Amino acid sequence: MRRYLVIALPYLWLLGLFLVPFLIVLKISLSDLNLSIPPYLPQLDPGAGWEGLKDFFSQLDLENFVFLTEDDLYWKAYLSSLKIAVVATLLTLCVGYPVAYGMARAPSEWRPTLMMLVILPFWTSFLIRVYSWMGILSTEGFLNQFLLWAGIISEPLIIMNTTKAVYIGIVYTYLPFMILPIYAALEKMDESLLEAAEDLGCSRLQAFWLVTFPLSKSGIIAGCFLVFIPSIGEFVIPSLLGGSDTLMIGKVLWEEFFNNRDWPVASAVAVVLLAILVIPIILFQRNEQKQREAEG
Amino acid sequence: MPANGAPIFAPWDDPNAKPLIRFENVTKRFGDFTAIDNLTLDIYEREFFALLGPSGCGKTTMMRMLAGFETPTEGKIYIGGQDMGPIAPNQRPVNMMFQSYALFPHLSVYENIAFGLRRDGKSKDEIANRVEEMLRMVRLQKFAKRKPHQISGGQRQRVALARSLAKQPKLLLLDEPLGALDAKLREDTQFELMDIQEKTGTTFVIVTHDQEEAMTVASRIAVMDEGKVMQIATPDRIYEFPENAYVADFIGDVNLIEGRSTAVSDGQVTIEWAEGQQPITAKTQRNITAGQKVFYAIRPEKVTISPDRPEDAVNVAQGKILDIAYLGNLSTYHVQLPNGQVIKSQMANTRRISRRPYTWEDQVWVSWTTTGGSVLED
Repeated sequence: MRRYLVIALPYLWLLGLFLVPFLIVLKISLSDLNLSIPPYLPQLDPGAGWEGLKDFFSQLDLENFVFLTEDDLYWKAYLSSLKIAVVATLLTLCVGYPVAYGMARAPSEWRPTLMMLVILPFWTSFLIRVYSWMGILSTEGFLNQFLLWAGIISEPLIIMNTTKAVYIGIVYTYLPFMILPIYAALEKMDESLLEAAEDLGCSRLQAFWLVTFPLSKSGIIAGCFLVFIPSIGEFVIPSLLGGSDTLMIGKVLWEEFFNNRDWPVASAVAVVLLAILVIPIILFQRNEQKQREAEG
Repeated sequence: MPANGAPIFAPWDDPNAKPLIRFENVTKRFGDFTAIDNLTLDIYEREFFALLGPSGCGKTTMMRMLAGFETPTEGKIYIGGQDMGPIAPNQRPVNMMFQSYALFPHLSVYENIAFGLRRDGKSKDEIANRVEEMLRMVRLQKFAKRKPHQISGGQRQRVALARSLAKQPKLLLLDEPLGALDAKLREDTQFELMDIQEKTGTTFVIVTHDQEEAMTVASRIAVMDEGKVMQIATPDRIYEFPENAYVADFIGDVNLIEGRSTAVSDGQVTIEWAEGQQPITAKTQRNITAGQKVFYAIRPEKVTISPDRPEDAVNVAQGKILDIAYLGNLSTYHVQLPNGQVIKSQMANTRRISRRPYTWEDQVWVSWTTTGGSVLED
């Protein structure tokens, strides 16, 4: 009995905080736009009884999903988000792996400090940190001022309000999510494995590719998903750092909700986004499970 | 060749034999700490050489220098006559079996064994044949596809051995290879190791802190302490003729008696060791001068215990039984002499315990011959 209670608790949590909100969004996505509060029809009226319920369900349709396929804005935004998320994830990996590797190879008394430095940015609000990037990247920003002063460039670089700034923002924001799982994988690696590889005839570089890299693979996969999944629906970074040419589905979603006040279409966008994300989330879960089994 | 078997393997007694490994005045320091102190040592081909000592004595450092993971601070190491100074670990004709086994967790047993062969750019067939051969040698053919975490500790140990032997190294280094196995498995594996060493003809250098293991497997043992070699000899010589008190005490059980030599004549010394006790007479080949402080070391099994004073014995002392340790086949008696010194005597239990002639607090005589013990200089 107590066992069921223990298991039931996380399921209740998921039911209350994930499934119920999702069902509400799903229902809105099947509704029609209406000038009312809330701005859609039909509303569920529990007092209307069985007939009311039947009437309610008969009014739901897939109109909004059909609409998403008719306007090319939406699928372009999905594709563009996908591309930005993939590129940003790879960039984060390129920056994060060496950092994680350096941390794992650092003397053990330094490691807690280095770990602290990676986590430290979380102490400041995410929004403030993104705003501060505006100060760094803008035409009169610190970066341009420094490069002009150093004589490296003669014209200020245009980074702000371009997709480049979005990449910088995503890499910066999600870097700890990449570093930590890779560090965890590298840190528990037995260093005598590298000596064994060398002993058996590997050069240092070969030993890295044949031993270190495959053993950190689960960390890399975990890190990539942890960066990819949130960045595909990212809204704050493209809207603050990106320009009008940066098309991301998170921004489209926000505009549908708050500028157009078209909740049904916005909900349909969200449902499709979730459907797209379910695939990498399942892959991520499988990676985690495989990892646990290997350690078993 | 003598009719009754193979010639005795003892290249260390042959002045013309060329050593496979030579340590020449090797010193290794880590900061202020001297791990190896001016060490010179030869190891010959086909030897099973044991480095024995307590933890921190420098034995692992010596092994890591042979593998190339550490470089000597001073001195040179030669393998097959070649100075190993500039040679990287991956270029040495040496393989190592790690204490943790260091099996690659992401590779199968087969791939672990093939790892070194693949680095040599051998052909597919050659690799397959060699891996099969190694799997057969360690009797793991059935487990080729398993990952290291899917096999037992003893099997992992054998995979590590097969992997390190796959490249047919001139020299195999074994770092506490049996440390993680339980006692019974360890004993079996010791004989297996000796068997494999003989079959492959590879030179083995083993690091261990377990003296029994070293005595069982090794052709010669180097007993080390604080970065210095205390004695290098065959197991029987280490046991029977220790060169100093450290070795005598470290290997097996021993009675160490401190005294002063009085009369020296013709390879025989007399040692005064306690007031009221008859001096010890002992044979020795050492150059002992009269009046020198010496240690007399005698193994418990070479001390006889008897209820009456034995008439023909040269060295005798009387005392009372303080303690009896019953080991089944043997019993060890702790006999306290009037001056407080305790002499241990080990006797075979040829009769049932109920018929044992001695018990606690009995007055008994202990005696030993002139050749039973060793006279050691301080």
